[in-house]
Amino acid sequence: MSTTPVYPPRCSRSGALMSEPLLQAVNLQCERDDRMLFRDLSFSILPGTLTRVEGPNGSGKTTLLRILAGLNDAWSGDLLWLGESRSYQRDEFVRNMLYIGHRPGIKPLLTPMENLRALMAGRKAVSDDLLRQALTGTGLAGFEDVPCRRLSAGQQRRVALARLLIADEPLWILDEVFTAIDIDGVAALETLLVQRARDGGAIVVTTHHDLQLPSMQRITLGAGDDF
Amino acid sequence: MTSDTRAGWRPVTESVGSVRAMKALFLRDLKAAFRQRQDLLNPLLFFIMVVTLFPLGVSPEVSFLQQAGSGILWVAALLSVLLSLDHLFRHDYDDGTLEQLVLQPQPLFLLVLAKVAAHWVLTGLPLVLLAPILGIMVHLDGNSIGVLCLTLLIGTPVLSLIGAIGAALTLGLRSAGVLLSLLIIPLYIPVLIFGTGTVAAAGEGAPVSGYVALMSAFLVLAVTLAPFASAAALRISLSNA
Repeated sequence: MSTTPVYPPRCSRSGALMSEPLLQAVNLQCERDDRMLFRDLSFSILPGTLTRVEGPNGSGKTTLLRILAGLNDAWSGDLLWLGESRSYQRDEFVRNMLYIGHRPGIKPLLTPMENLRALMAGRKAVSDDLLRQALTGTGLAGFEDVPCRRLSAGQQRRVALARLLIADEPLWILDEVFTAIDIDGVAALETLLVQRARDGGAIVVTTHHDLQLPSMQRITLGAGDDF
Repeated sequence: MTSDTRAGWRPVTESVGSVRAMKALFLRDLKAAFRQRQDLLNPLLFFIMVVTLFPLGVSPEVSFLQQAGSGILWVAALLSVLLSLDHLFRHDYDDGTLEQLVLQPQPLFLLVLAKVAAHWVLTGLPLVLLAPILGIMVHLDGNSIGVLCLTLLIGTPVLSLIGAIGAALTLGLRSAGVLLSLLIIPLYIPVLIFGTGTVAAAGEGAPVSGYVALMSAFLVLAVTLAPFASAAALRISLSNA
C-alpha cells in the first residue's frame, strides 16, 4: 500500500511518550434514561497503549465504547481524532478504527470463512489464504466451512476475533472480548493485545476478566448518580 | 498469531471501493437468505394465497375478476412486501453485523441501497415473475398482464425502498410490526393507485405511457432519496441501542 504516514512512525519499545493521541475525549458527558452515566470525562488514547474501561454493571462501559466507536450519538463534549474534531473526519476515523461489540457481527447462517470475508469486504482486499490463516490462528482450523450456528458461543466470538489477526486499523475498540473464550484463548488474546500495543496500536477494552498487562491505562466509571 | 514487525503506527488511507463493497454485501445477503429458504417462501405463499382465495371468497365471475384482478394482485403484492420488511435489517441488527456495516468506510446510503436491492431480488422479483400466472387465473387479458408485470417491476422496488425507511426507524422496538405498517402504508398508497390505474387504463385500451412515466418517476425519486433516509434512520436506531 502506498501510504504516506501523516505522523512519522515512532518506536514505542522505549516506553517513552510516542506521539500525539489518536483519540482524545474532552469533557465527555452522557446521560441515559435520566441517569448521568458519566460527566467531565477526559482522557487520551495514545498509540502504543492499552486502555481498560472499568466499572460495575450498568456503569456505562459499553455506552462509552459505542460513543468512542461513533455508534452512539447521544453525548456531549468533544471527541478529537488526531487533534481535530472527529465529526468532520468520519471517513478517516472509521477507516482507522476496528470495533468488536457485544454482538460480534457473525451471521449464524454463514460459515466462518464467509463471515470473515464479509467483515473484511468493506475494509481491504484479503486473499482466501490469509483468511484461512487467520481462522487457523484463532483455533478454528477444520471449522472454516461449518455454518456458525453450529459453533459454540466461544467459537463464534473467535470468528470475530480472527479479524484482529489481519487488521491494519491502528485503533481497536473491543467490548467484552474475553467473553466465552477459554483459558488458552484468553492467554493468546492477551499476548496479541500486548504485541499490538508494542507495535504502536492503541487498544480500548472493557472486560470483567482480570486483565494484568503492563502499562495499562484505566478509565473507571462510577455506578451512575442515583445509585 | 501473526506478529507485525513495524514500529509505530501508520494510518489506513485506503479502503475497498464502494461498488465492490456493495457487491459483497449484496451477495452476502443473498447467500444468507438462501440458507433459510422458508423465510423467502412466506411472502410468496401469502401472495399466491390471497390471489387464489379472493375469487372463492367474493365471486368467481369472469367479468368481476377481470375488473378487480389487477387490484387484487397489486394489493396482495403490496402486503406481501410489507410482510417481509421487518426481516430487512432485523437479523443484521440482532447479530451485530449492522454495527459493522455502519462502521464501514463506504457511504452508508450506498450499503443500504445494496441491502435493499438484495431484499427486492428476494421478495419483489419473485412476485413479478409469479404475476403472469396469477394474472391468467383472474382472467386478465394478455395486454393487461404485460402492463401489470411492468407496473410491478417498477413498483415493487419502490415498495422495498420506502419500506426500508420504516424498517430502519422501527429497528429498536421489540414488536415493530404494527407501527411499521402504520408508518409505511400511507406512503405506499400512491404507488398502489398508479399501479392499478395503469393496468385499468391498459384494460380500456387507453395509452399507458403517461402512467408508466409517473411510476418511473416514483422509482427514481425513491432510489435517490430513500437510501439517505434509511441510512439516517439506521444511525438513530443504533444510537439508541
